[in-house]
Amino acid sequence: MSDTTDTGPVLAADGTPLKRSLRRALRAQKLRALALIAPLLIFVLVTFIAPIADMLFRSVENQIVSNTLPNAVATLNDWDGTSDGLPGEDTFEALYYDMFLAAEAKRHTRVGSRLNYEESGISSMFRKSGRGVDDIGEDQIDALEDINDVWGDETFWFTMMSGPDGVAKANGILSAQRERLANLDQSSFAGEIGFAPSQQIADLLPRTVRAYTAFAVFTAIEDEDIVAEEEPWEAVKVALIEDLRSGIDLSGYDGPGAQELREAQQGLANQPAIDYKQGFIDITEDWANLDNWKTIKMYAPPFTTGYFLNAVDMQKTPEGFQPRPENEQIYGILFKRTLFMSLMITGSCILLAYPVAYLLANLPMRTSSLLMILVLLPFWTSLLVRTSAWKVMLQQQGVINDTLVWLGLVADEGRLVMINNQFGTIVAMTHILLPFMILPMYSVMSTIPPYYVRAARSLGATNWTSFWRVYFPQSVPGIGAGSILVFILAIGYYITPEIVGGTSGTFISNRIAYHISTSLNWGLAAALGSILLAAVLILYWAYDKIVGIDNVKLG
Amino acid sequence: MTLTIIEPKPVSFVALVVAAAGAFAGLLVGTAHDTPFMGVLLGAAVAAVLAVVWLTVFRNERTARWLTFVAFGAVGFFYVGLMGGVIGLAFGAFFGWFIFWLGEGRYRAKLPPYTTAYQVFLHFLFRVTCGAIFIFLITPILVVMPLSFNAENFFTFTPEMLRLDPEGYSLKHYRDFFSNSDWQQAMRNSLSIAPMATLLSVGFGTLAAIGLSSEHVPFRRAIMAILISPMIVPLIISAAGMYFFYSRLGLQGTYWGVVLAHAALGIPFVIITVTATLVGFDRSLTRAAANMGANPLTTFFRVQMPLILPGVISGGLFAFITSFDEVVVVLFVGSAGQKTLPWQMFIGLREQISPTILAVATILVAISIALLTTVELLRRRSERLRGMSPG
Repeated sequence: MSDTTDTGPVLAADGTPLKRSLRRALRAQKLRALALIAPLLIFVLVTFIAPIADMLFRSVENQIVSNTLPNAVATLNDWDGTSDGLPGEDTFEALYYDMFLAAEAKRHTRVGSRLNYEESGISSMFRKSGRGVDDIGEDQIDALEDINDVWGDETFWFTMMSGPDGVAKANGILSAQRERLANLDQSSFAGEIGFAPSQQIADLLPRTVRAYTAFAVFTAIEDEDIVAEEEPWEAVKVALIEDLRSGIDLSGYDGPGAQELREAQQGLANQPAIDYKQGFIDITEDWANLDNWKTIKMYAPPFTTGYFLNAVDMQKTPEGFQPRPENEQIYGILFKRTLFMSLMITGSCILLAYPVAYLLANLPMRTSSLLMILVLLPFWTSLLVRTSAWKVMLQQQGVINDTLVWLGLVADEGRLVMINNQFGTIVAMTHILLPFMILPMYSVMSTIPPYYVRAARSLGATNWTSFWRVYFPQSVPGIGAGSILVFILAIGYYITPEIVGGTSGTFISNRIAYHISTSLNWGLAAALGSILLAAVLILYWAYDKIVGIDNVKLG
Repeated sequence: MTLTIIEPKPVSFVALVVAAAGAFAGLLVGTAHDTPFMGVLLGAAVAAVLAVVWLTVFRNERTARWLTFVAFGAVGFFYVGLMGGVIGLAFGAFFGWFIFWLGEGRYRAKLPPYTTAYQVFLHFLFRVTCGAIFIFLITPILVVMPLSFNAENFFTFTPEMLRLDPEGYSLKHYRDFFSNSDWQQAMRNSLSIAPMATLLSVGFGTLAAIGLSSEHVPFRRAIMAILISPMIVPLIISAAGMYFFYSRLGLQGTYWGVVLAHAALGIPFVIITVTATLVGFDRSLTRAAANMGANPLTTFFRVQMPLILPGVISGGLFAFITSFDEVVVVLFVGSAGQKTLPWQMFIGLREQISPTILAVATILVAISIALLTTVELLRRRSERLRGMSPG
């Protein structure tokens, strides 16, 4: 009482202000809790959240075109994609080097199949080009080797490109080519290759050195051969021809091969220029097709909305986003079907679960625990066991048809088709998901006190009124919780539709699986998955708001 | 205690209802002999006569029920054989019970005395509907079990099986399961993947659940949402994401890739069950232990762990069953070397349909019954430990 005048802070036993002491204790507690959670959180982030994020990234990622055809794509920036003219000769020349390297690394078919998703026919165009690309400039190469056959000699090339011992090296070009190949092949091109171009020759013959360095890196790392013992690719010789024809001045050069270079420059002067455009068109007419070029230009940027547009039956055209042709619109139908069937399944689960949950909640404890086993047993049984059971029951020579035929309700020739269609999927999935509806309904209904219904009845309500106006509104939270749970589970189901769904009873998830394992269109699979994921997350959020994830109960 | 008056009902009413039931039974028997119409008439007549005779002439219930039981069984056996005998016995038992249940008015025993006839009717209609739904729930499992003993390679009941002929039954599909190297390899893979995944999810999950159940956890909701998400995200999306990501890391198609994926899927179950157990955990126990000089580790292992152990074990069982049953993720993340039992079943169902699947299914049902019983016993034990009554 005498301390009432003392307004100083309350102190803890050790003399620090109590407030601070408490705060410190609280912080220690928080840190301890976080330290306990952290390992699991990191584990889930790495093993589960990161893969999901990776999938989302893949649905927009489109680096394959710019990684495989970097030079051609760069020149296409200047090309007006809407005009009627084909891209210029410089694009075709750049395409030649890109295609040559891609064909050596066997990556040209990949970019071909990627672009084929957008414009059919491109795949075969790239495949043919990969085979025929080394024919371009054949005559000129023959002329070069006729002038002096050292141009077919690997040691000569190696010496000329490396320059004399101790000369300055163009390491920038080397690392640029390593990176270029790493992007192209999606693997590492680091490591010793036993070659580096000399700075002098790099300044003199830029194209040739780039091409030769790429050749050297690829030969040493990918083929694991010795660079000095391999004859350079045709593309290197073509690059040399272009360099020599561009009118460079060789008079100041005195390094290895100076004599042969001057001789070649003179000899090539009266040769015709290499016509890359005609060369490609000779391989396949498709290169003269403007649409193919528009597609390449359209899908050159490293990120694309193409997969998402495809997933909603749209396509990107130079005129903007447009719906796909009627006969190619499959995903809209599939999404609608997934939605419709999930709603049907949820609806039939509500219808079947409500009476059962009501019965279980209103029976004496002993009986209801006994009956609960009948609900929990299917819940605990392997999904594949239940699916195989439905396959056994529903097929044409199955148990249900046999029983119907035995009873004479159905003629032997007129056996019902109950599997490999929507009916089979809905029946099997209703059975599989029914426990997920019964359990939340039961837990809500068992908390509804019986007095209200009795009060309503004693006040004169009929059976129906007392149920509909008094009991039912109290059981709605259970219906909501169960429905969202069943719906979330239903729209992502894969196994059961795959086995009993045939073609007309499959879900969007079956299409995703198809694109991952069969058509290998991973980007589209990722886009479809992202859309499905978004739908599920919205429902998950709603579930959390209505029920709370903490309240999920098992068994 | 009960106010209900149980009184005998008029024979005319009983005879009518029993005749209707008899007509239905007659329909089943009649159609099997290609004379459904005769079946209905005969069934109704026999049932009605029986009801009248038992309730008016011969009122000794015990004897009457036994007589019905034996007579129906004998008739069935005489005309059809063993299976007919069994069905006859079942019908006999049912009608014997049904006639007296109705006739003595025992059906009202558990209903309030003021219920009208219509309400009684509705009550039993509701019960029958629920019964049908329970049958829907349980039939697929009950159909699989007998079919797995089929002597033929069919997915349906053969005439021999319906006659209860021992020739129609065999253990050959079980023998196939235990001798076929594909199935045995799949079994071994399942048994090497699931325990490892369980160990990972239980270890990390229990620690995190203890952390989550302390009073002050920042971002509790967000953390919970992340930890529960593997259960909510559709498996096909998890599978797709893991396939893409694990191939980047070189984990795709390896044992550890599948184990990590399955551990991630099992974590929500561990978190949910263990946090549920911790809700009822009395914190003063740990304080008391600390008060008496125990260090945190001792407190955890000697005081907290024994009390939450039932929850941890049932969470572990859930995680085990998740991994043991999982097929979508393993289909993508695994390669042929990690082919698990569900994967082998999936292939079997999709391509080469063999009844060995049914034998495997029966074994799996038996395993899940065992696990279900264990979980239930653990739950009761946990509630007893926490001083609550089971139930």
